[in-house]
This record gives sequence, C-alpha cells and structure tokens, in this order.
Amino acid sequence: MEKLLQMKGITKRFGDITANDRIDFELNKGEIHGLLGENGAGKTTLMNILYGLYTPDEGEIYINGAKVEIKSPHDAIKLGISMVHQNFKLIQSHTVIENVALGLKDTNFFYPNRQIEKEIRTFSEKYNFKIDPNVPVWQLSAGEKQRVEIIKAFCRKARIFILDEPTTMLTPNETRDLFRLLKFLREEGISVILITHKLDEVMNICDRVTVLRGGKKVGTIDIDRVDKDDLARMMFGQDIILKEREEYSISFDEDIVLEVRDLTVFSDKGLPAVKDISFDIHRGEILGIAGVSGNGQRELIEAITGLRKVARGSIKILGEDVTNVGTKEILNKGVAHIPEERMRVGVIPSMSLEENIILRSYDKSPFSNGILLDYSVISEYAKELISRYKISALDEKIPAGTLSGGNIQKLILARELSISPVLIIASHPTQGLDIRSTQQIHELLLRKKEEGCAILLVSEDLQELMDLSDRIAVMFNGTIRGIIDIDRASIEEIGSLMVGV
Amino acid sequence: MNFIIEILKATIPAGTPLLLGALGEIYVERSGILNLGVEGMMIMGAISAFGITTMTSNVWLGILTSAVVGGGMALVHAFNSITLKTNQTLSGLALTMLGLGLSGLIGKKYVGVPLPNKLHNFPIYGLKNIPFIGPILFDQDPLVYVSYALTFIFWFFLFNTRFGIELRSVGESPEVADSAGIDVSKIQYLAVFIGGVMAGLGGAYLSVVYAPAWIEGMTAGMGWIVLAITIFSLWRPERAIFGSYLFGGIRVLQYKLQPFGISPNLLNMLPFIFTILVLMLAAKEISRKRISAPSSLGIPYFREKLL
Amino acid sequence: MLKRYKNIGLSFLVIFLGLFAIYLVSSVRPDIMFRSIALSAFGSIYGLTETLTKSIPLMLCGLGLSLSFRSSVWNIGAEGQLLMGAVGATWIALYIMPNAPKFLLIPAMFLVGAICGGMWALIPAVLKVKFNLNEIIVSLMLNYIAIEFVNYLVYGPWKSPYEWGFPYSTKFPESAQLPRILDTRVHYPTLILALILAVILYIILYRSKLGYEIRVIGDSIDAARYAGLDIHRVVFLVLLLGGGLAGLAGVGEVAGIHHRLRVASGISSGYGYTAVIVAWLGRLNPLLIVLVSFLFGGLLVGGDAIQVSLGLPGSTINFINGLILIFVLVQGFSKTRFSTIKRRGGK
Repeated sequence: MEKLLQMKGITKRFGDITANDRIDFELNKGEIHGLLGENGAGKTTLMNILYGLYTPDEGEIYINGAKVEIKSPHDAIKLGISMVHQNFKLIQSHTVIENVALGLKDTNFFYPNRQIEKEIRTFSEKYNFKIDPNVPVWQLSAGEKQRVEIIKAFCRKARIFILDEPTTMLTPNETRDLFRLLKFLREEGISVILITHKLDEVMNICDRVTVLRGGKKVGTIDIDRVDKDDLARMMFGQDIILKEREEYSISFDEDIVLEVRDLTVFSDKGLPAVKDISFDIHRGEILGIAGVSGNGQRELIEAITGLRKVARGSIKILGEDVTNVGTKEILNKGVAHIPEERMRVGVIPSMSLEENIILRSYDKSPFSNGILLDYSVISEYAKELISRYKISALDEKIPAGTLSGGNIQKLILARELSISPVLIIASHPTQGLDIRSTQQIHELLLRKKEEGCAILLVSEDLQELMDLSDRIAVMFNGTIRGIIDIDRASIEEIGSLMVGV
Repeated sequence: MNFIIEILKATIPAGTPLLLGALGEIYVERSGILNLGVEGMMIMGAISAFGITTMTSNVWLGILTSAVVGGGMALVHAFNSITLKTNQTLSGLALTMLGLGLSGLIGKKYVGVPLPNKLHNFPIYGLKNIPFIGPILFDQDPLVYVSYALTFIFWFFLFNTRFGIELRSVGESPEVADSAGIDVSKIQYLAVFIGGVMAGLGGAYLSVVYAPAWIEGMTAGMGWIVLAITIFSLWRPERAIFGSYLFGGIRVLQYKLQPFGISPNLLNMLPFIFTILVLMLAAKEISRKRISAPSSLGIPYFREKLL
Repeated sequence: MLKRYKNIGLSFLVIFLGLFAIYLVSSVRPDIMFRSIALSAFGSIYGLTETLTKSIPLMLCGLGLSLSFRSSVWNIGAEGQLLMGAVGATWIALYIMPNAPKFLLIPAMFLVGAICGGMWALIPAVLKVKFNLNEIIVSLMLNYIAIEFVNYLVYGPWKSPYEWGFPYSTKFPESAQLPRILDTRVHYPTLILALILAVILYIILYRSKLGYEIRVIGDSIDAARYAGLDIHRVVFLVLLLGGGLAGLAGVGEVAGIHHRLRVASGISSGYGYTAVIVAWLGRLNPLLIVLVSFLFGGLLVGGDAIQVSLGLPGSTINFINGLILIFVLVQGFSKTRFSTIKRRGGK
C-alpha cells in the first residue's frame, strides 16, 4: 500500500488543555480510514490541523513522503485535502453553484457560474443523485447539503476527503447513500478519513481505523482484525463500561403540564417551520423529540419559550394559556430552558459565574430589593450551587467563558434546575460533551423526572432519546410524524419516521 | 419642461460624490467590514485633490491623488479592524476625526483660494441630443461619466465574477470562505481599500468639480449620508445610483427653495431628515423581502476561537 | 505577551506619525505644541479653572454615553442632545418663567434641559426598536439637525433685537445665570451635579438591577433574550438617561457660561464627539470618566491656546482626538468582547 499522508508527533494545546498529544497518523491511497474516539478525544482538532484551520504547536506532516507546511485551508486545498465539516461550511443565502464555485481557483474569472453548473450536472449524473444547482442552500435538506460539500471537494480534485461525523444529521437512508458514494470515491483512488464515534460505521465501511482517547493515540488497526468490543475498549479505556438501560418502561402521572394544540410557527425566512403540531407532556414524563436537525425543532422550542411568535394554535402550561405572552412570563411559570447553543445563548462568557447564575432570578428576592442587587447573597448562593452541581471552577468570580464545555453546561443546569421547575426544555443537552459530563447530565434530568418535572428533550442522538424518554415524537418537515411509547419503539422505526415514510 | 430638465441635470452632479462613496462602501460592507470613516476619507480626498490641483494646475492629477489618499486612510481602518480586530465602529469614528482634523490643518492655506483649473462639461456627441434624457445624462463633466461606468463595473464584478462570489462569501460567512481556501483578510483589505479610493474620489468631486472650492468641513455630513445610501441600496450597486440621485435632488431642491424666503437653516436640515425617512423606507423593504445586511457585518473574524 | 508589547509599540508609532504629519503641514514642532497645550491647560490657576470648566460638559456627556455603550447601544448623538438641552434651558429662561426666582428657575432649566436632551435621544431609540434602524446613523443625523435648529433659532425667531445683529438670543435674566467660583468660569452647580451623577451611575452600573441588565445586554444580546430581559426597555432607558445627561451639559453651557443661546458651534466645540473618546478611554467606568474628562478638558483649552500662540487651526485638536482614539483602539482598551467572538448562525 502506498502511503499518501503521514502526520508525526502532532501536539496542539488550547490554554491548559492539550487537545492533541504527540499523535501519529497515517493514511494510504484509496482507503477509507476511520478516526474513532469519544467526543473530546481530539479527532476534530487533529483534522482541523491537517486542514490548516489550526496550526499545531509541534509535529510534522508529510504528503507522498515530502514534508509540507499547512498554514491555512488554502494550503490544504492546494495539497488535495478537502474537509466536510459537521456544521456544513456553506453559505445559506448563496446558491449551490456559488457555494461550489467559492474557492475554485481554476474557474473563469468572468461568469464562473456557467462552468460550475456543467460540472455539477456531470457529477450528479455520474453518481446518480439529484440536486438543483440554482437553489439557495438554505432550502436544502441536511443530506443534500452534505452532497454539495462532497461535490465541492470533488471539483477541487481533492485526493484526501475528511468527513467529520458525516452521519449525525442524516437519516438511515441518506447514510446508506453516503456510504455508497464513499465507496465510489475509494474506487477512484481517493482516500477518505471518516471522523466518527459510532462503532457500527467503522465496522461497516472502513478499511482501517485509528483510535484516539483523551488527546492521545491508542492505535491504528486493520478493521478485519478487530470486533466492536475491541474498539470500544480502545475508545473508552478499561475503566468505563457501556451502561445499557435495563428495560424500557413508561412511568408518569396523568396531570398535563404542557399542552400544545395546533401550533403553527414561521421560520426566519417567513416559511411555516412548525405546522399544526399538538402534543401533551405529563408530570414526571420525558417526551423525546427525534428528527433530523432543521425540521422545526428549534422553532418549536422558541415558540414554547416565547422567543418566537406563535402564528396559530395555543400553548398551555399547567392549564394556563401562555401563547405569545413573552419569555419572562413563561419562564416565571416555572420553565427551565437548556438552550442548544450554550456558549452563545446559555451563558454570558465575559461575566462571572455568580452573575451568570442569577441570570434568571436577578430581579427577585433575595438577590434584588427591586433596585439594587445584593452581591453578598448572590455570592453565597453561587458558591452553594457550584459545589452542589460539582462545577469545577476556581471560584464564583471567574468569567464563565473560561470553563470547559461540560462545566458550562453544568452551570446552565445549576441555574435552570435550581428554580424548581415544573417544565424543563432541554435542547441537545449533551451535544459535544465528554462521556462523564453526559452521564451526570442524564442523571440530573432523570432525578428531576422523578421529582415530577415534565421534560421536553430534543436531541439528535437516538441512543440518548431511547435511554431517557418515556415517549418519543418524531419531527419531520415541521410536523410530528407519530408519538411512540418507548416500550414499543425501535431505532429502525424512528429512523424511517425521520425521513417521512 | 426646461425647468424640470434643469433640475434633473443639476441633480446628477449633486448626487455624484454620494454615488462614488456609496459604491465603495457597498463593497466594504459586502466584505463584512463596517467603515464609518467615510466622512473622514471624503474630506481628505477633497483637500488633497484641491491642494494638488492648485499646485500643479492638473485636475486629473488632483483626482488621482485623492484616490490614493482615500485608499491610504482606509488602510488604517483595515489594519485596525482586520489585523488588530478592534472595534470597527470606534475605528471608523477615529478615521472621521482624523480626516476632519487633518484636512482642516492642511486646508488652512487654501481657504478662499480659487482653483486654477476645473473640469468642464463634456457633452457626448449624439447622445446629448436624445430628447429629455440626453441633456440630463450626457451633458455632464467627464467624472460623471466615470461614475456611470463605475456603477456598472461594481455591479458586474459583484455578481458575475469569481471575485464577486469571494467578496460576498467573506461578508456572509468568513468561516466558510476561509475553509474554502479564500484569504479572508486579503479580500477584506482589498474591499476596504476600494472603499477608501471611492470615498476619496467622492471628496475630490466635491472640491474640484462640484464646488469648486475648499471650505473647511465641506463634506458636512455627506459621508454619513453615504452610509445611509448603502443601506437604502440594500448593498446593491445598481440601486445606489437611485439613492444617490435622490439625495442629489434634495440638495438641488434646497437651493431652488432658498429664494422663497425659507430659512436656510431649516433647508439645511432637509437631507438629514430625509436620510432618516429613507432609512425607515429601507427598513420596511428589508423586513418585507427578508433581506439582511451581510451576515457578518462588523464582526471581526477569529479563526481559532474558543469553542 | 509579545503581542502586547507590539501593540504598545504600534500605538506610539501612530502618535508619532500623526505628530509628524502636524509638523509637516504646519512646521510646528510637536514638543513645542504639547508644551503650549500643557502650559495653557495646567500651567496656571487660570488654565486649571478653564480646564475644569471644559471638563464639565465632557464629563456629563461621557457619563451618559458610557451607559449606552455598555449596553452596546451606539449613541453618537451627545452633541445634538447637548444642544437640545441648551435650547430647553433657553426656552425656560427667556420665554416660560423669566421672572421666577433663582431657586425655582435654575432647577427648572436643568429639568427641562434634561428632558429635551432625553427626548432627542429617544428618537433613535424609537426608530431602533420599531424599525430596527441603525442608531449610529440616526443619532448622527440628529446632531446635524440639532445644529441647524439652534442656528435657525438664533438667526430667526429667538434672535435678540439688542445685540447689534449678532446671532444671539436675548441675555438670560440674572436669576437664570448659574453661580461661578469667584471670577472663574467654573459654574459649580453643574460640576457638583456631574460628580454626584458619576457616583450614582457607578452604583447603577455595577450594583443595581438595571446595571446588571445593561451589562447582560451589552455582552450577549442572545443570552438577554433567552432570559427574557426587556431589551427594549433598557435601550429606551440608556438613551433617555444618556440624552438627559448630555442635556444637562447643554444647560450648563448656556446658563453657566454664555448666558444666552448662540450658534451651535459657539455653544459646543464638539463636546459630544470628544465625549465618545472620554467614555472609552475611561473604560466606560463612570469614576474613571471623571478623571479622563479633566484631561480632555485640558486638551480643549490647549487647543484654543495653540490657535492663538502657534497659529494652528482649531481642527488640530480634532486630529489629536482622532489620534488618541486610534491609540485607545490599538492599545486594546475596547477589545472586542467575548460574546461577539461567537457568531450568530452556524448550524
């Protein structure tokens, strides 16, 4: 086998955190190479270095045996490296053509669109899939957007394709199509690096796999010489055993906490994003919302929390109508909200932990007397929550932005759960977190369920939904395609509902 | 009829400095940078064009100098906002203060000095005889024709070239452009520089063609009106021409109304009141058509960011 | 760390180049210019009192701006708000209650001046909230409108018949004139008011509910929305308060110094713009702003002096102000906040 790429002794530090610790990585020509590890293992960092988005603190990269310096994506592209990121690097308001044309240096300077359109059509005929080159990208589904990314890489004549967790956003069918396409590419002599934390995918499609753990390399191995258990052991180490939920059972009261009826909400673009949705959540129930991202989940949550106007329909909390009454009033009914974008929305990174902790209650006694804030009370309260929720922080005066992702999420949970909520709205609560924080957050949510909270859990992680929910509602294209009791749910069934079958 | 032609004909030169400035600022904002220093760059363009023309008696040399000076000042803003990633609003304001101050310093000796040479009207043979629009559009000075051509060029490059795609992408999403191998800083530097060149030219037009004279602070808020026109044009060069001539028309109206005994101070308010009205109109259109400013306007781009 | 030193080097380079430009244009040596500025502003009792006098409007405007800047509301309209305050005071003093006793008239002038300034600042607030208009451009346009309005008044309806054709309003009655310290121009009631307000603003910003809201909105508008803060209310309040403070400055100028309304450029030599720099150099901290405004008061006094002694035009100080603002920027006094790093959009 021909060695196409070698990365030697790559080290990357972010402040005190060593994201990559002397990692070696090799890639052959025409192979699909899995890069496996749990979240936070350093996979994406390593690939961002290869793609020139980060500069490594130490280490060297060789392509075809020659040492290369990759200082920017520009350099990477010139060397034939392309990356399909988890958050697609597409410009939403631009058309497919314009997105593909961006960065193609060998197109005509004038009217580049005409030439690109031809190339897109050729490519889509060759590999047998449909795409309209003239629509703006925001109108495409996640799977289609990913195809645009792959066409982009292909048009750049890339020899190395890096795909970062490509199946997270895809339905089972779209995943099958993607894998078919990757095999085509392998036959063309293209090398693919597949970043993933899913063992099945690695077993399914990869030729070799490199496992990372805690920023260090565990090993590289041929896929036909290992099984899933071996990989799991490499991935998690010996001490953590995968915990399975023993039995799926439903348990909740009859009292309805959240009642949504015929809800219709519009997106930023003015199109209906949520269409005539109705559902209930009961005391002590976790209702999971499954679905590919972008099918109206975000708008649904924003409508319930008063951040987005309800066009039609009603929302009741404990029997009280809260349709379009404003965020503050809704939150004051005892609604906790764990937002999707924790860094941008959930905390104010520049402000101290204590000031973040009072974000919801700063105007209430004992923190405020109506005009002034009592910082000694606030400080005491913050200290208590920091220790109760096991947030690792120097003290309550440091800026929230200096905490790790897991600690920031715990900070948000501490703030939201300490108001003794009746309803918790959790949006992707464990996305991007390490396994220990994920478990802690799951335990917190289950404890609140036992205390009688109603919980709306939106997640793209089907396993998480299966582990926590009592019932799962599948959202597709702004509608709910069915609410399934957990004891009768299967991942396959949910998967097919997610595509709208 | 002749009266209308006369007014419309006067409107075009009155709107030309605004048009030149707005074309440039559209490119700047399309690249995601907000340059509030248009006023400063314009006035520096005005004084440098006036100074050089006075010294050399060559109007075109003066105009060329103003472009260089405007571009040079813009590079200060580019350095602040792209390289140092400082607050763009403040940097723009600083540029305005620098420009107003320095032009006053330089211009002290040019106050009341007559310009030795000016651009004369250059009617275009044939075209000027087209009824109605001929005398309005084609009996103007050469720089006006240049502004027509520039409007077309700015439109064409923005929407029909590789550079245009790159420029718009950088302003919409520098991350995406960066990961596509586009040198974000280079594009932004170029756009800000073009913006400065155009603002400089706008200022030059004011001092060596339109006035022609040097008066301290003669831009009198035009730089800020340019920013309003940029918004009004929804960041499209072909719309900027309407916005600019609209304000040109207001200025002409201001002069035409003076003989009727209305206080000149009240008339002077007109363009500024009108700016606010125009912005309200644009805001309505923006929300109706769901257009938005370039998504990353005014936000510095950091490649390696925290989470 | 290296970067920090590089920035310090850079910012001094900026100042050096700027001063060199002044030298090239006017052949005045920078050391002589600064000596002249420093001596005239801080070198004598008279200079110090003039510096103090000029620092009063800077202080009030800078304090007002700090609130709105802290909440990321870009009010650049202090100049116009100051002028409207001056108009309000003149209106009260000459037309509404000219015969009222001092103890009634002066508080009424301050009150109405503050209301006028505040109302003028409410225009960008309303347009921002209702139409999503950029407050920078609107507040700037309102400066120009206010300037023309003041000039209209003194050339037109409010022009005094007793001033030999000068564009002045009638002189204020004695009861509308602020007391001064001895024979200086320091109108101390305004100064005391400004100092008290600085302390109050400090408490508001760092110890009150409103201040907390201001800081949350300034640092992360998304988090503010998520927590259900009433953002519109805060935008209204910071502009109203900021405009009110600038209005007070305008009252001080006409009632304490000129004793009449005169053309806009005579009332304010760009205090509202200089105050933008004062606010940022004072790191938006009300107590620091008090100190910084004294320095800039000195710069303005020096600016007047070098016109006379060195023949430099008044715009020299504009230029130096611009240089200082660049210096402030390069030094990183106003580093882009954490929150703006993380962009909207994405997935």
